[in-house]
Amino acid sequence: MNLEFTAEELAFRDEVRSFIEENYPKHLGDAGMREDMSPEDMVAWHKILGEKGWSVPSWPEQHGGTNWTPTQRYIWLEENARVNAFMPLPFGVSMVGPVIYTFGSEEQKERHLPGIRSGDVWWCQGYSEPGAGSDLASLKTTAVRDGDHYVINGQKTWTTLAQYADWGFFLCRTDPDAAKPQEGISFILIDMKTPGVEVRPIKLIDGGYEVNETWLTDVRVPVENLVGEENKGWTYAKFLLAHERSGIAGVARSKRAVEKLREIAGKELLDGEPLIEDLDFARKVSQLEIDLAALEITELRTLAGEQAGKGPGPESSILKIKGTEIQQRLTELTLEAVGNYGAPMYGQIDDAGSNQYPIGPEYAQHSAATYFNMRKTSIYGGSNEIQRNIITKMILGL
Amino acid sequence: MDFNFTEEQEMVRDGLSRLVREQYDWDTRRGAVESDAGWRPEIWAQLAELGILGMPFSEEDGGFGGGAVDAMIVMEEFGKGLVVEPFLPTVVCAGGFLKHAGTDAQKEEHIGGIVDGSRVYAFAYAEPRGRYDLADLQTTAKKDGDGYVLNGHKAVVVGAPWASHLVVTARTSGEHRDRDGVSVFVVANDAKGVVRRDYPTVDGRRASEVYFENVSVPADALIGEEGGALPLVERVADEAVAALCAEACGAMKVAHAMTVDYSRQRKQFGVPIGKFQVLQHRMVDMFTEYEQSVSMTYLATLKLDAPEKERKRTASAAKVRIGQAARFVGQEAIQIHGGMGMTDELAIGSYFKRLTILNAEFGDVDHHMKRHIALA
Ligand SMILES: Cc1cc2nc3c(=O)[nH]c(=O)nc-3n(C[C@H](O)[C@H](O)[C@H](O)COP(=O)(O)OP(=O)(O)OC[C@H]3O[C@@H](n4cnc5c(N)ncnc54)[C@H](O)[C@@H]3O)c2cc1C
Ligand SMILES: Cc1cc2nc3c(=O)[nH]c(=O)nc-3n(C[C@H](O)[C@H](O)[C@H](O)COP(=O)(O)OP(=O)(O)OC[C@H]3O[C@@H](n4cnc5c(N)ncnc54)[C@H](O)[C@@H]3O)c2cc1C
Repeated sequence: MNLEFTAEELAFRDEVRSFIEENYPKHLGDAGMREDMSPEDMVAWHKILGEKGWSVPSWPEQHGGTNWTPTQRYIWLEENARVNAFMPLPFGVSMVGPVIYTFGSEEQKERHLPGIRSGDVWWCQGYSEPGAGSDLASLKTTAVRDGDHYVINGQKTWTTLAQYADWGFFLCRTDPDAAKPQEGISFILIDMKTPGVEVRPIKLIDGGYEVNETWLTDVRVPVENLVGEENKGWTYAKFLLAHERSGIAGVARSKRAVEKLREIAGKELLDGEPLIEDLDFARKVSQLEIDLAALEITELRTLAGEQAGKGPGPESSILKIKGTEIQQRLTELTLEAVGNYGAPMYGQIDDAGSNQYPIGPEYAQHSAATYFNMRKTSIYGGSNEIQRNIITKMILGL
Repeated sequence: MDFNFTEEQEMVRDGLSRLVREQYDWDTRRGAVESDAGWRPEIWAQLAELGILGMPFSEEDGGFGGGAVDAMIVMEEFGKGLVVEPFLPTVVCAGGFLKHAGTDAQKEEHIGGIVDGSRVYAFAYAEPRGRYDLADLQTTAKKDGDGYVLNGHKAVVVGAPWASHLVVTARTSGEHRDRDGVSVFVVANDAKGVVRRDYPTVDGRRASEVYFENVSVPADALIGEEGGALPLVERVADEAVAALCAEACGAMKVAHAMTVDYSRQRKQFGVPIGKFQVLQHRMVDMFTEYEQSVSMTYLATLKLDAPEKERKRTASAAKVRIGQAARFVGQEAIQIHGGMGMTDELAIGSYFKRLTILNAEFGDVDHHMKRHIALA
């Protein structure tokens, strides 16, 4: 066992670092932290990576992957986190992409994978419904075969960034009489411009609009958009969720956020001394770093297992639980660090080009909104309670 | 020992609770918070009419003879409705200064206006780099003839956009964080040289950055002793802490009730999610946290007249306990609501936000834990 990078790995790191330095759009700055990005900003890096052939590193080589080792992938994420890069959205890259190249038809691969790689096609995930959240298998949206089309009716909700999406992957009930709720569900790709698809924004507690209700009314979708076999969608959905989870750990991003927290706590004062020198505060930051170190090695062990041919299994639930707890704790501590300046609602204060007094230090802005927003991480992608249920059943055998 | 409320106190609670129920429903509140004004002066007038604004003042000061327990009852009911009207800065803070240290003339001038609702106050004490230290003041008040000239910057002054007057802490002598040299002034909000930057806060109130640029005030703007006001400021801050704790209790109670209610309605896997033991136990823990918080709020409120050290230690203990409880209850409430908890549409998100922000007001958990240790 050995944690040191080899000479080749160090060379790879340097290559990656200089590529990022030369190519990451400067105007995106600390984009990973910003809540107010335009859709163009969100795909800018994805498109650059697409051209370089680095947008889907974890895919098999024949579909445009890089064949990087787990260590290289780890280095890649680390280096991006150093500049706090806004990484390609997961819906195409780590969710539907792997489903399509694993279970999809040749036509689907040809048609959809290039757009996912290049970042030209924006995907969204249509799983959840008002009555089907944690209990996803109880979903009601129906797809009824009519000649060479499915006619789809139902309501999806919480569809992240669907307002910009070109395509969505949806779970629909194709056999209402199936014996178990998990059966009779199909995985269908829908062009979001198809008549009958309507997306309505939902405002969240941080003031942002990242999720939507998606209404599907007599939406006619060609049968060739069915992925894999009819009524076998649950298998693909589960496959995808395990992939989704390993992305949610967010170790590299959290490491960068800890650095940022240290910077902030170095500027804030307590009794005239930097807050970070206060033992109580320093202890909390260290606790985070310690938990993060443990999570990092756990993730590396998972990645290594994956490389050795073990697909992401129920262990990824550990990554989801700890990763999101750490992310939430980080935003909580950042809010704590800024003291009274957590309270102003910066979203509604227009400082741009103003010669008025600014409100509080720049780093305090959005600290509360980010904290509020990050409560979502223990809810989505299978809530942390559901992750614990998975570990209970699959690992503890209870 | 007696944990009962008097008949009058029960009446006040009933009246307020009806007002909150009938006029502070969720949609109406949201409309008011998002309006240009950001609050409802007509509610303020109604509170004055009901005698609420005069309740904690003695009869000789022009009030109705109540005290801290009455303020606690009011704040708890306000917490239940997430009332944004500035009772805490006006009645508890400004009222507190006047009550404890105002001259007869000052009491006559100011308390009457508080009681009848014609005046609103904001308490400008925090400074950008002072964190929660009440003595960490860079705002200065220099003697100038009979009066003083104020210069400085106060941070996140809650209620300032609505206020007719500001109560301001400033240094008349001494260094940056000295205990000596702290004085308190009352200044008209429209006085020459008062420059404000107003903004909404994430929990639905309004606040300002307030800049004092050579603001001249007369001698009788000084409340209490020149240079020796820190103990007074600390006392009023402890009273504010107790009031905030009460508000938090009200908000926690409702957040908990909403969560239990939601867990009864919301079905997943064919059963109400409240049937999952893991959620049941967490709602029990929320409830326990709430009950402990009520106890600490009583304790802090009842010790406000205790000897200084005991008062401070109890106030800090309460703020620590409530800060922790408020965070726990708020986070769990959102989690148990699932995706719905994240929406702006549901009231629970606003309870969560208020429970988050009040942790920092008048000192957060770490600050009060340190003070509690230092006073051991
Ligand atoms: C910001 C955000 C973005 C999202 N993006 C997407 C998206 O792009 N596409 C998509 O399809 N979905 C998306 N979701 C939906 C997300 O997957 C669901 O919110 C999640 O699955 C939880 O479902 P729910 O909200 O209905 O909560 P519920 O299932 O109603 O859960 C409420 C509470 O009960 C708990 N609970 C439920 N069942 C159990 C049980 N058996 N044991 C113990 N506790 C239980 C939950 O953990 C939670 O705490 C998003 C959600 C959010 C908040
Ligand atoms: C030091 C000591 C002194 C004692 N003195 C006395 C005595 O003087 N007289 C006497 O009669 N008894 C006495 N007891 C026994 C005591 O009352 C039992 O230990 C207790 O009731 C728990 O029962 P158990 O040990 O069989 O654990 P179990 O009932 O087997 O419980 C094991 C675990 O499962 C949990 N659990 C059980 N049911 C549920 C549920 N429905 N939901 C969630 N969790 C559950 C428990 O909380 C526990 O964590 C004593 C025990 C100890 C340790």
